[in-house]
Amino acid sequence: MKTAETRRHPAWETLGRLLRHRMFAMGLCLFGIIVVAGVLAPVITSVDPTKLAMRFKFRPPSADFVFGTDNFGRSLWSRVIWGAQLSMMIGASVVLLNAVFGTLIGAVAGYFPRLDNVLMRLNDALMAFPAILLAIGITSVLGPSTVNVILALSIVYIPRTARIVRASVIVLREMEYVQAAVAAGAGHWRILRRHIMPNAMGPLIVQLSFLFAYAVLSEATLSFLGLGAVPPTPTWGNIMAEGRQYMTDSFWIITIPGVALMVTVLGLNLLGDGLRDVLDPRLRIQQ
Amino acid sequence: MSLLEVRNLTTAFQTGRGEINAIEDVSFSVEPGEILGIVGESGSGKSVTALTIMGLLPRPPARVAQGSVWFDGQELTGLAETRMERIRGKGISMVFQEPMTSLNPVLSIGEQVMETVRAHERVGPAEQRRRAIEMLDRVGIPSAAKRMGDFPHQLSGGQRQRVMLAIGLACRPRLLIADEPTTALDVTIQAQVLDLMMDLRDELGMAIIIITHNMGVIAETADRVLVMYAGRIVEQAPVQTVFDAPAHPYTRGLLGCVPTLEQDTRRLLAIPGSLPEPGLRPEGCRFAPRCELAIEACRAGLPPLESLAAGHDVACIRA
Repeated sequence: MKTAETRRHPAWETLGRLLRHRMFAMGLCLFGIIVVAGVLAPVITSVDPTKLAMRFKFRPPSADFVFGTDNFGRSLWSRVIWGAQLSMMIGASVVLLNAVFGTLIGAVAGYFPRLDNVLMRLNDALMAFPAILLAIGITSVLGPSTVNVILALSIVYIPRTARIVRASVIVLREMEYVQAAVAAGAGHWRILRRHIMPNAMGPLIVQLSFLFAYAVLSEATLSFLGLGAVPPTPTWGNIMAEGRQYMTDSFWIITIPGVALMVTVLGLNLLGDGLRDVLDPRLRIQQ
Repeated sequence: MSLLEVRNLTTAFQTGRGEINAIEDVSFSVEPGEILGIVGESGSGKSVTALTIMGLLPRPPARVAQGSVWFDGQELTGLAETRMERIRGKGISMVFQEPMTSLNPVLSIGEQVMETVRAHERVGPAEQRRRAIEMLDRVGIPSAAKRMGDFPHQLSGGQRQRVMLAIGLACRPRLLIADEPTTALDVTIQAQVLDLMMDLRDELGMAIIIITHNMGVIAETADRVLVMYAGRIVEQAPVQTVFDAPAHPYTRGLLGCVPTLEQDTRRLLAIPGSLPEPGLRPEGCRFAPRCELAIEACRAGLPPLESLAAGHDVACIRA
């Protein structure tokens, strides 16, 4: 007799394996802290992050100002937490757009050999530029704003996501169960949707978790360069840019958002590594 | 009228060495309710014949160079892909050799049976489910309703092949093509699956084409047998005739490879040599280089498939 344990849905088994994976659990905690901080920003901050208070400027971290204040006396706690919210929103938007369009382009290119050449040459053209240069170029043309950052980063990363999906689809297309589905009378879209894509999710999810990290990092870079959200909107990048000039005297201004950025990226990378360990089919066979 | 009629079918593949015929001038028919066995070594063209009928060969490199396939009065060769999709699974179904890899690992077995119903019929979820349970039950999955949510990795090889059959039969096709349906299974399970297929034939009144290289499978199931060699039909006869009075030396060779209880032979007979490569087929009779009875005339020209007796055709000038 099969026990309840072995009859669980594979998704639950995968989740169980993930949570037992130490790196993944640690990554989830780190990333979780930032996400929770971003979501709860209105609750856990009491001071408007853009409110100037010149008499409090350059206060080091203390009981009154947990993270200290910047050159205009604004609360760094408020600014970094609201910055977290913006970073998470941008990261999530880029991941979402990639999940939709990267998957669509990759799946179509991988499944229909006739469209493959056209789509992949376009892809290659976009991938020929270094990611950050292309993002800088696009935001300089579109102008600095949150939406434009999301657009630019999506344009930069969608070809990369599409490549990964395409690679999976090309392999899966030749699987016997796909041919069996064709023999049972399933049409192209039904095969893509029901038989190929569910099997291609593993590498895609891994890619998207790393992509979240790249997006957050690139967003910080763009706003550090003045191409992101317009000040006084706080972003980790522009806080660091402003703090740069006071680095020697008021090191916390540049350090605290830097640490936040590091925690996010480290968390996501650990998360991604854990996902790769658990979802990689080659590792799964060995277990 | 026959259910399936294959007329002078030639399927060619574009290769680096030019176009090569995988099967040549293949003609046969299948009557409703009949079980036709196709035998031959690996590479003899059995599977290409089946895949051509199903329209499952990638085009290019494959193409039907000549001849036609008629199913239920409709010509399948050259039919638009969308119309062909409606025939696959509903008119003609196919069950593949490898039950281990022919099921989608991320979909539950119930889901996979329901997919086929969904692809062909506009019925609600409750009806899909009822049909799937009925089919899984019919192919002998115990407590089918409870097993609907099971995934392929939780099933044994024999059970998976049963699920494959349930998928193939979900829409009650009139013809089932089984490509080496039992090769990957162990012997006791083989017999069960073959019995099941024959029961289903009786119950659903469908015709079956069984493709195999196992003469034992043929003896157990087929009504009529087609022997293929190097892309051509070399003999066609009722199953009894093939075993009692095989006319083609190749058929006799195949039978010599089957171990029996009566014979006290130390070694099984083997056919010397191997199947010629599709691009390097000899002039004349393709079996001549391996044939003990070959004479000069055999190498002169391809022997035509000629009637030896009613329902018994053979392509051999020495027969």
